[in-house]
Amino acid sequence: MDVIYVLWLRQVKRYLRSRARIIGSLGQPLLFLIGLGFGLGPVFQKAGQGNYIQFLAPGVIAMTVLFTSVFSGIELIWDRQFGFLKETLVAPVSRLTIMIGRVLGGATVAVGQGIIVVAISLLAGFRFSGLTAVPMALFFMALIALLFTALGTAIASAMSDFQGFQLIMNFLVMPTFFLSGALFPLGDVPWVLKALARINPLSYGVDGLRGALGGTAYFAMTTDIAVLVTVTAGLLLLGGYLFSKIEL
Amino acid sequence: MPSMIRVQNLVKTYGKFTAVADISFAVGAGEIFAFLGPNGAGKTTTIKVLTTLLKPTSGKVEIDGLDATLHQNEVRKRFGIVFQDPSLDDELTAYENMDIHGALYRVPRQTRATRIEQLLKLFELWDRRNDRAKFFSGGMRRRLEIARGLLHTPKILFLDEPTLGLDPQTRNQLWTHVRQLNADERVTVFLTTHYMEEAERVAGRIAIIDHGRIVAQGSPEELKRQTGAATLEEAFLGLTGSSIREEDANPLDRMRNMARLWRR
Repeated sequence: MDVIYVLWLRQVKRYLRSRARIIGSLGQPLLFLIGLGFGLGPVFQKAGQGNYIQFLAPGVIAMTVLFTSVFSGIELIWDRQFGFLKETLVAPVSRLTIMIGRVLGGATVAVGQGIIVVAISLLAGFRFSGLTAVPMALFFMALIALLFTALGTAIASAMSDFQGFQLIMNFLVMPTFFLSGALFPLGDVPWVLKALARINPLSYGVDGLRGALGGTAYFAMTTDIAVLVTVTAGLLLLGGYLFSKIEL
Repeated sequence: MPSMIRVQNLVKTYGKFTAVADISFAVGAGEIFAFLGPNGAGKTTTIKVLTTLLKPTSGKVEIDGLDATLHQNEVRKRFGIVFQDPSLDDELTAYENMDIHGALYRVPRQTRATRIEQLLKLFELWDRRNDRAKFFSGGMRRRLEIARGLLHTPKILFLDEPTLGLDPQTRNQLWTHVRQLNADERVTVFLTTHYMEEAERVAGRIAIIDHGRIVAQGSPEELKRQTGAATLEEAFLGLTGSSIREEDANPLDRMRNMARLWRR
């Protein structure tokens, strides 16, 4: 437990110390909120779908959590050769402990980034239903963060260098985001998109987050939780297995 | 003299490529032992097997009498290692880097604090203990890594090309520290290098490795006598040939190149 805590604390400290990284990673969500939110807002309103910022903000929050988590997972490739991780791999500590510490640390950082985007959304005019929304939203952000940190860790454990990185960004992370219902309501889209959204775990994260923050959930919130918890558990097991197989 | 490291018929292959081809050697407690060889000779692979990061294809490795494959965690408690590539957390201070290591090796808090102070003072880093590692020079980082490797009072210290990229003054100082530690704490030192003068100066015994085989081993004098060479450099070139080793860049080399672009 002590070891998990120390590894977690390490990542949180790193995060709090790298202000440039915090600020840099907020550019994208800001662009989405302003460019898309205010740009498409009037069209959305005319189509009778209500306030677009209100709809979009949970999607952008989920996006931030998604990107930060996948990256902190992928960072493993670097870290195990040129960073601190190698030091932990020769320590008399089980690989599973290291992996759990790392995933918890990465997920915490991702939730931290998500909270900052919540604050930015509030500035952009987003309002949530009430104070009860806060713990529920944090819960969904934590689930999304855990799921995708575990996914990133699993992928990075199986990769030997950054050659495949671009591939993963373009064919996994970006589609995960764009086909999740973060940017548009899933109700009236063609069936192909609907089907893709259904097999995309982020859809349930965005949906749950939207529901928690006072919007309408497309799937049921219980479905969202069930899917997220199951997929996260599966990915943690897979990630733990692949992580334990890492040879340097 | 009891053996601290005993390697018998160690073989490590990757697919068709043989990195280490049937080597045997023993390192006594308190000895400074050097693995000397050209690039790609199998030095780092051997260290990785000795430090439980790789499993041997065949053969036996014993650290302090314990089988390295069967008693992984017990073996890990017994050595400290300084890797060829950096392994500090740049965003953490020197003290924090030490402290995390102490937690990973379950060094009790009280002992940890005393030992960190003692080691950082020894390596002349105590005044910089609250500075982040990213502000340290190459030599300071190396010193910090060695200090960290010694925190849990290991019986063996592995040093994989520890002086690569350091200037002569820093190298000199580093070896003075290592020899002092070896004398004061009776730490067995296993190091790899391709600098002959370093091996000759620091090590009591040297094994020359090439193409995954040990081609000669003994004290520097014995090696010279065996080959009839005047200097260790001549002995080394005589044994390993003077052709330059060209290898294709592997994924790791590609990442090293990236690392060079990104840092310093």
